Amino acid sequence: MKEKIMQIVTKYDADRTRLMDILLDIHDMQGYVDDENIEVLAEALGMSEAEVNETISFYHFFTKTPRGKFTVYLNNSITAVLRGRDAVKSAFEVACGTKFGAVSEDGLFGLFDTSCIGMNDQGPAAIINDRIFTNLTVYRVKELIKGLKEGKKLNELVYESNGDGNNADKDMQSMVQNNIRKGMFLLNKDYNKYEILKEDLSKHSPEEIIQIIEDSNLRGRGGAGFPTGLKWRFGRRVDGEHRIIICNADEGEPGTFKDRVMLTEYPDLVFEGMVVAAYATGADIGLLYLRYEYKYMLKFLNRVLDEMREHNLLGNKILGIKDFDFDIRIQLGAGAYVCGEESALIESLEGKRGEPRDKPPFPVERGYLGYPTIVNNVETLASAVKIVKYGAEWYKGFGTKDSLGTKLLSVSGDCRFPGIYEVEWGTSIREVIEMCGADDVQAIQVGGPSGVLIGVKDVDNLGATDLMKWYKPSGMMVAQKIYDRKLSYSDLPTGGSIIIFNNSRDLLREVVMNFMDFFIEESCGSCSTCRNLPFVMKQKLEKILDGHGVRQDIDDLLNWGKIIKVSRCGLGQTAANPILSSILNFRGLYEKDVKAMTDFDNIFDIEKSVDAANKYLGRKTEFHHN
Amino acid sequence: MSKKVIATTSLAGCFGCHMSFLDIDERILDLVELVEFNKSPIDDIKVFTKPVDIGIIEGGCCNSENIEILKSFRENCKVLVSLGECAIMGGLPALRNGIPIEECLAEAYLDGPTVGENKEGILPNDPELPMLLDKVYPCHEIVKIDYFLPGCAPDADLIWNALVALVTGNEMDLPYEVIKFD
Repeated sequence: MKEKIMQIVTKYDADRTRLMDILLDIHDMQGYVDDENIEVLAEALGMSEAEVNETISFYHFFTKTPRGKFTVYLNNSITAVLRGRDAVKSAFEVACGTKFGAVSEDGLFGLFDTSCIGMNDQGPAAIINDRIFTNLTVYRVKELIKGLKEGKKLNELVYESNGDGNNADKDMQSMVQNNIRKGMFLLNKDYNKYEILKEDLSKHSPEEIIQIIEDSNLRGRGGAGFPTGLKWRFGRRVDGEHRIIICNADEGEPGTFKDRVMLTEYPDLVFEGMVVAAYATGADIGLLYLRYEYKYMLKFLNRVLDEMREHNLLGNKILGIKDFDFDIRIQLGAGAYVCGEESALIESLEGKRGEPRDKPPFPVERGYLGYPTIVNNVETLASAVKIVKYGAEWYKGFGTKDSLGTKLLSVSGDCRFPGIYEVEWGTSIREVIEMCGADDVQAIQVGGPSGVLIGVKDVDNLGATDLMKWYKPSGMMVAQKIYDRKLSYSDLPTGGSIIIFNNSRDLLREVVMNFMDFFIEESCGSCSTCRNLPFVMKQKLEKILDGHGVRQDIDDLLNWGKIIKVSRCGLGQTAANPILSSILNFRGLYEKDVKAMTDFDNIFDIEKSVDAANKYLGRKTEFHHN
Repeated sequence: MSKKVIATTSLAGCFGCHMSFLDIDERILDLVELVEFNKSPIDDIKVFTKPVDIGIIEGGCCNSENIEILKSFRENCKVLVSLGECAIMGGLPALRNGIPIEECLAEAYLDGPTVGENKEGILPNDPELPMLLDKVYPCHEIVKIDYFLPGCAPDADLIWNALVALVTGNEMDLPYEVIKFD
């Protein structure tokens, strides 16, 4: 075993910054990394065992103990729950003969929960040994597990139903469906690959390219909306031996799956975007950080890169342009929502725990391995290609004044046509609802759990007293009012996740609780606010839902929600949003359950709490009140 | 104006908060002018003899007696203050909260290296003894607490400033130094 591990280490030149790849390869080989392996790794990489352990323990898909010959990771995002996840989960447990969080006695099956895997439009879905199984039902689970027990191979169980488009490609062969419902210019089959690179790029100087992007007002599509042209200009200005372009394909916000579709159908467009960015900024190293959940695309994507190398669109002297050397490597993640945050992503790329860095310095100043680094979202890079092709003026024909262009929406939840919709910025919520065929809408989660359960005003700008001003007794009244709000950076900014809930859903018990579980699971643990507050806030919510809440509990939630804003990264700062925005827009649901007449209620039961010690000591529980 | 009445107690604490209280030094003379003590270790009054304005609680709750005393404080005091880490969070005693109570008792009375002579394995189960709770609870999980004064132990000035504010009804003086812990 030691030899095999040393072979892997040698493959990566014993470079400790490639620890992610080394660990991924070892997992491919044997499914886990144990203490013995860690000892070997630490010595070979010149690290301490604790450092290797640190990285392993951070990521969901790394493990120190075997997780079964077949490892099932069943997605637990809210839409999966709405589509019958609980029954599917039980079916797995019965069929495999083990509970979730454990491995069956024969070592054949390991069952584990996992956060959103980007299949919200076709859930419940599971990853079994890196393959995606969508639209799971009780019947399908029985069939799958029976097949595996009979010795069928995983791909035999997939091939019966390949997905559409490139999902059926020989290097992908996945049953995932694209569900493209509406395309404009990003999702557009008229696209001629490499045309822009071969014909348009050399017509412009790098400075001109940056100018075009700046003129177009393109803003980052990951959610934060930073002006892309400005980021490129900063990156170009900073001196460095190398400059890095990173494409962030770690879409972990529950409910988002647009990058999956872009990379499946238009990977060339995304890679072209990276080449354009590299040309404009003078970068020589390209990295695409692909979330582990999308590992099934890896072979396919690498083939696209090879093809581009054959066309001299990657490598040395690209298109014969002097000094334009640039190549792209795909780095797999290993399951961590916070790695979508750009500085955490860079830490992960360097083989470390994906904990966000303190800023400044920003990545454009000192990023990957200390070099100036530009991190762009998949959709941003694809948009940049179209802008260079058709010009900034053309681009300004789409969207609203402050939000130009189009946005890919990942729509899921209670609607007839979940999937990807490319819409102009400025599209109203009413239009989205009509587009996807949603009836009887109670609430809409815009921007995923870290976004808002929408209502009259964003919670971020408001203090607790201000919140009172916006108090409306009925959630529905508020929800009706918001239909005319528009998706845009000034009104409803979003990374594109739209989850719809109809009136049969229990917003607090089902939705908000699910989102809080997500944040508790995904906190990196670095800041005490984000590590602890979501946990105690969820307890407080449970107390209210159990009928033990008092008004003070609602005020506590609002006040504690403000404290969490001191967390270092966006994940931490928004981790209380499910509770805050549901209080803001659906306060009636909270007040319904709290006791108005008393100012204190606890769930403490003294008889219960002395029981364990008394039993052990062999004494009776007796109270002698004076 | 009649003097405000104060009561204090130490539940599952170490009396460190009370010691810190005494660090108000000569201001104790001013204190006597401001307030009158009722049930408190400071004057050794064991039971409440009149309604109390301000009750100060040190320590969390680890047994049934703590619960009983805390509830009697709530019944007899208009305002309750949790003083110090243990009252607010459970503090050091709450370190046992992650360990089942059975294991704690076994370690303390049967298996621990310092158990020594307890060859018969006698366990403390006399009915006179308070009953142990499954874990250590902060006071606000048992009764409503009105104010919290953090620290381990809270700075004497913090306690003094809080008391003066409560007694006089003025806003509390909270300079950075009194809530800076290290």
